[in-house]
Amino acid sequence: MNVFPYLVAAWIFLTGCYGLVTSRNLIHAVGCLAVCQASTYVLLLAVGYRDNGTAPVFSDLKPGTRPLVDPVVQALALTDVVVGATVTALLLALVLQIAKRHGTVDPDELTELRG
Amino acid sequence: MSRRLRLWLLGVGGAGLAALLVAACLDVPAFGRRSHPYGERAVRASLARHTANVVSSVNFDQRAYDTLGEMSILFAAVLGCVVLLRQAGDEHRADPRPAEVALPVRRYALLVLPVALVTGLYVIAHGQLSPGGGFQGGVVAATALHLLYLGADYRALERVRPTGVFEVTDSLAACSYLVLGLAGLLAGTAFLANTLLPYGTFNTLSSGGLVPLLNAAIGMEVASAVVVLLAGFLDQAVEIEREKGS
Amino acid sequence: MADAVIVVALLLTAASATAAVATRDPARQALVLAVLGLLLGVVFTVLQAPDVGLSQLAVGSALTPLLIMLSVRKVRRRGKEGDK
Repeated sequence: MNVFPYLVAAWIFLTGCYGLVTSRNLIHAVGCLAVCQASTYVLLLAVGYRDNGTAPVFSDLKPGTRPLVDPVVQALALTDVVVGATVTALLLALVLQIAKRHGTVDPDELTELRG
Repeated sequence: MSRRLRLWLLGVGGAGLAALLVAACLDVPAFGRRSHPYGERAVRASLARHTANVVSSVNFDQRAYDTLGEMSILFAAVLGCVVLLRQAGDEHRADPRPAEVALPVRRYALLVLPVALVTGLYVIAHGQLSPGGGFQGGVVAATALHLLYLGADYRALERVRPTGVFEVTDSLAACSYLVLGLAGLLAGTAFLANTLLPYGTFNTLSSGGLVPLLNAAIGMEVASAVVVLLAGFLDQAVEIEREKGS
Repeated sequence: MADAVIVVALLLTAASATAAVATRDPARQALVLAVLGLLLGVVFTVLQAPDVGLSQLAVGSALTPLLIMLSVRKVRRRGKEGDK
């Protein structure tokens, strides 16, 4: 149990990378990138977890009565979830432009990008 | 590069990366450990400034400068989407035909819409007290508006959602975050320092000093950003067509 | 007890992430990503991060799949126009 959540995060990241490289459709590739992003949230929150801890919110909790999980990593993950979605949108907009200019979304057919 | 070579390269690189990641995982402090020095300091600082939701306090007070950076990424991404998804010279707008909506879908969507919208606004307003805040509530409120597309049709959605207004709101919200930060400078303290306003009574709506204001600015920013983004994509998917013969 | 819940939630998340990568049709992938977003919301909640869970629920299960669906629709429609 000591390292299991970290290994899950690593697994999610690696599957996302595999999907990115083997993808034949740019929209699918953007979806795989979203999977990679998800792995970072799992890693961050796993680092901040504490056994028997509770959420760091005091609206119905007396300060000092229970151990708390780490709020700093939660704040990092929280902003990135929303900002990451807008970056995904930017990538999808780029994909739509590629589809308009080249008439395909298969990265292997985009011959102009070949070096 | 051929497909086989690429897969081979991926295999080697992936195996190496996996080995490194596993080695790193074994060295990270154990899951569920007791000591969280940064977390404990953040909790103490949050309680000193009367903010019940420590995560909001970290976002909008202790690390407000970081949130400014995140907001700039968000703003830049939306700007990029608006530029990329604009109507090009060889495209025209075709009015979408009004579509038949099944009665249960229409009834359910129009019933849920106000509930979801109010939930989003509630989540924004109570960011400094309970789980939630500008980032989450903004997304909820903005996506709730799009239930109108499910319940009625695209023209109805366009009428309640003038894109220009939301683009201006987006920029205004980004500016207001900066202005709130600069207010600290004018008052003689640091940029985005939470020393301007009284901290208020713990666990009430007006507690936390600057936190509720920055939270509201972010809520406005995220909500209008999501509306503008979805408007760009919906326009492309529903309305904008290529000119015939081009 | 709490540990068992966390393990199950993490396993489900890993499985659905794998499924999201293995689903090659983007329209279907959007649905699998919605499920993944939901499961991530559950994981974050059992890891005592309701704030992150809330935003993951809103973004992962509604916004991202919607954007992908709209992009798929645009690309497909363009493909059809090109055939004319």
